[in-house]
Amino acid sequence: MPIVSLKEVAKSYRKGRETIDVLDGIDLDIEEGDFLALMGPSGSGKTTLLNLIGGLDSPTMGSVIVGGQTLGDLSGKALARWRSRNIGFVFQFYNLLPVLNAQRNVELPLLLTNLSGAQRRKNAETALTIVGLGDRASHKPGELSGGQQQRVAIARAIVADPALLVCDEPTGDLDRETAEEILDLLSILNREHGKTVVMVTHDPKAADHASHILHLDKGQLVRQAA
Amino acid sequence: MNALGLVWSNLGRKQARTVLTLLSLLVAFVLFTYLRAVAVAFSSGGFGEAGIDRLVVSPKYSIIDPLPINHQQRIATVPGVGAVTHADWFGGVYQEPRNFFPKFPVDPEGYFGLYSELVIAPEQLAAFRNTRTGAVASAGLAERYGWSIGDRIPIEGDIYPKRDGSRLWEFDLVGIYRGQPDDPDPGVFLFQYDYFDEARQFGHGGVGWFIVRVKDPERASEIASEIDGLFENSINATRTATEDDSQREFAKQFGNIGLITTGILGAVFFTILLLTANTMAQALRERIPELAVLKTFGFTDGTVGSLVLAEAILLCVAGGALGIGLALGTQGAMSVYLEPVIGPINITLPIVAQGLALAAGLGVIVGSVPAFTARRLTIVDALRERQA
Amino acid sequence: MIGQIFQITLLSLRNLPSRLGSSSVIVVGIGGVVGVLVAILAMAKGFEASMSRAGQPDRAIVMRGGSTSELSSGMGPSEMAVVGSWSEVTAASGELYLVADVPKRSNQSLANLAIRGVEQAAFEIRPEISIVEGRPFATGRTEMIAGRGAVAEFEGVETGSTIELRNSTWTIVGMFEADGSVYESEVWADLATAQSVFRREGGVSSMRVRLASPDAAGVLSQRMEDDPRLDLTLTGEDEYFRNQSQQLTTLIETFGYGVAAIMAVGAIFAALNTMYSAVSTRTVEIATLRALGFGGMPVVASVVLEALLLAILGGAIGAAVAYFGFNGWTVSTLGGSFSQVAFDFAVTPELLVSGIVWAVGLGLIGGLFPAVRAARLPITTALRGE
Repeated sequence: MPIVSLKEVAKSYRKGRETIDVLDGIDLDIEEGDFLALMGPSGSGKTTLLNLIGGLDSPTMGSVIVGGQTLGDLSGKALARWRSRNIGFVFQFYNLLPVLNAQRNVELPLLLTNLSGAQRRKNAETALTIVGLGDRASHKPGELSGGQQQRVAIARAIVADPALLVCDEPTGDLDRETAEEILDLLSILNREHGKTVVMVTHDPKAADHASHILHLDKGQLVRQAA
Repeated sequence: MNALGLVWSNLGRKQARTVLTLLSLLVAFVLFTYLRAVAVAFSSGGFGEAGIDRLVVSPKYSIIDPLPINHQQRIATVPGVGAVTHADWFGGVYQEPRNFFPKFPVDPEGYFGLYSELVIAPEQLAAFRNTRTGAVASAGLAERYGWSIGDRIPIEGDIYPKRDGSRLWEFDLVGIYRGQPDDPDPGVFLFQYDYFDEARQFGHGGVGWFIVRVKDPERASEIASEIDGLFENSINATRTATEDDSQREFAKQFGNIGLITTGILGAVFFTILLLTANTMAQALRERIPELAVLKTFGFTDGTVGSLVLAEAILLCVAGGALGIGLALGTQGAMSVYLEPVIGPINITLPIVAQGLALAAGLGVIVGSVPAFTARRLTIVDALRERQA
Repeated sequence: MIGQIFQITLLSLRNLPSRLGSSSVIVVGIGGVVGVLVAILAMAKGFEASMSRAGQPDRAIVMRGGSTSELSSGMGPSEMAVVGSWSEVTAASGELYLVADVPKRSNQSLANLAIRGVEQAAFEIRPEISIVEGRPFATGRTEMIAGRGAVAEFEGVETGSTIELRNSTWTIVGMFEADGSVYESEVWADLATAQSVFRREGGVSSMRVRLASPDAAGVLSQRMEDDPRLDLTLTGEDEYFRNQSQQLTTLIETFGYGVAAIMAVGAIFAALNTMYSAVSTRTVEIATLRALGFGGMPVVASVVLEALLLAILGGAIGAAVAYFGFNGWTVSTLGGSFSQVAFDFAVTPELLVSGIVWAVGLGLIGGLFPAVRAARLPITTALRGE
């Protein structure tokens, strides 16, 4: 069974009297252990699709099933709870809390669990070690480079051990060299830790790290070879 | 780290702003604490907690008229009356007019018998009774003017000259008394009525008012009208009220202190409310993407709203607590200036509790709109704003 | 440079509407300080004015030696005769001063109404007294006239009513004014009638005398001191009322300045907060101007000017609220002679000016530090908006 399954998904927004169709009849299965890159021009609906998979947004039509759960069946509160256990998010601008150090930023999602304080700290340390920042735990985001901040964000995404990582332009704000390091890290998480990764990018070099690439254009999928 | 830690860390975001907001809250609550203490001092007449079992018998037409001291025996015959004593207003100036404190000629044992909450060493009370020119002062007065037992205290009598025409009264301090530990200092200078009455030039046999202890406080008003009935048709008619009521009545003569302090506090808190609400709204605007990120992790709308509300309440309560703390800390120093003009002030536990409750309420008011906004925030919109 | 200041200030004022919420913090904060300060000082001013208007330099009060108020003073006919015989005294009135418990209009609670028994000469000594309603009291009858302030504050002393005072019944036959002075808070009766009804036969509290010249006060004081038969003090009327009002006036003023100072500290924090954030939202704009060649000084000046304008607006609003809300408001309190003194809040022009001066001072402090920070921002970092 695929870990993500989209059936006839459509999404439209109303803007004044106009209706804008962002996604139109998307059918998509993503297998467990896959590393999928979603590509497409600006406004093609990549981020909207990613938000639907991550449970941040709901479709106008069709169904989104992730890990056997039909997301449309969940209330807002239940959906929030579901996200905290099943999805890790990585953003283009890292979105770390500037007032918290790396360790505490990583610990944030664990505040929603029943883990003890000591256990939370330990898990956060482990996650930081995996991303190679074990020695930067007490630094605040302002004291870290862009690449380091993104590593902290990735540590934060995996700390609750979700099966699916959802990444929106994770290298969009980084130079070539640092971007490669981040992509290598995502590949390691995919291969060695068994995370399914769905990544939106407009950079073909980034997409090369993926095992599959899908192109979106005007709200529709254009299937391509691996 | 826990949720509180998260709230706390957020306050550290713009330290200058948090500190400035805290300071203005602090200022408001220093003011609140002192004004409440002043209002309480006025409404209690400055003589501490009035006994519920005590009545004050004053002249009917005006408090400046004397009452004959032999009323005392007749009052004592009224059924239900436990004890009677008397006091008078001496006026008088110690060194200079600004050194104001009440000075009463009294019957030593009668007075301390009735005001059982006043504490005096038995040997000092005995000395007070046995020394013709003896006087006792409250601990607060003794401290303020640096008196100790054995001192001779000169008072210029502006109302009462002595029989020989001189106006200089000299008293020997034989004792220092104090109120109950949590009460404000009584602040009254007491000396022997017998000596006063014999030495004064005129007004012999008159006293200012009587204080009566009733055996059953429930019957106080009944006994009061019985006492007034005794003297109804004499030229020395009386008016009797509970000590509490008569102090309140007297305090009202100064005008509506409560209204004035409430008005000022209203102006202060309106200002602070606006300031803090603005700060909170500003802090929220800057954080919208972060709050959205918290929601992506699975923080629910309710949790995110509560975090914002908690932050506002924490800020206000911290500012309030600091202000009340500062007021408590400076109370000793301030009372040196305040006591001579408005009498003893005391920042009581209820004032502290009111202040903290007010601070929490302020937090709820200023935090609720930002909390509501944070709660309604949709992730997709908020993140898009960040990207734009 | 003036031109630069002007242009930058205009620029910042143009984007003021987008910062309306936070800017109103300065206006309201400083408005609050000024309003409270002016209102409290207006109370002190009103009380002081009511007392000082009663005192004239060519009039004096004779009391028993050592007395500090008429209430605690007393004199006999022989002493009155001696004082009345002096050539420096051109007119003298023996006066009986008493207080009675009468309910106040505001809360029905009993308060001390001052009663003054006077001789006919009293009106000659105090020409400012004028009957504005009804007629003067007739000698030998239990009639009284009441001051305008007494009528405003107390129940049952309006013209035509009768009042029970100390077990006797009096008819109020007129109302008088006395130039807004403390005398308007009293009720007046014929001395001889008051003495007999109140059982003070022959005795008076004090004497009011008109002096041939203000200098006569010193001469007479000395004479009283030298004469061992006389235990009297003579005090100039102006000095007497000044002493009576000083303590309360000082108390109110100290209270007013104290509260305003504490509030001012809060308002400064508020102003700093607002101006710091105004500067931080305009960082890029300010840096751009600097990059274009505007100097640091005009930037400082424009931020300070903005704070000043907002502060003055706040001060003006506060002063206006105090003026329209409180000016002329009649209240009463316990005065120096243990009787109620009715007085009007007096929001004088000088109080309004001092309110605005406070506003300017607070605005300056609140604007200066953020302004200096704005000018010191390194242009390159600021341009990136960090």
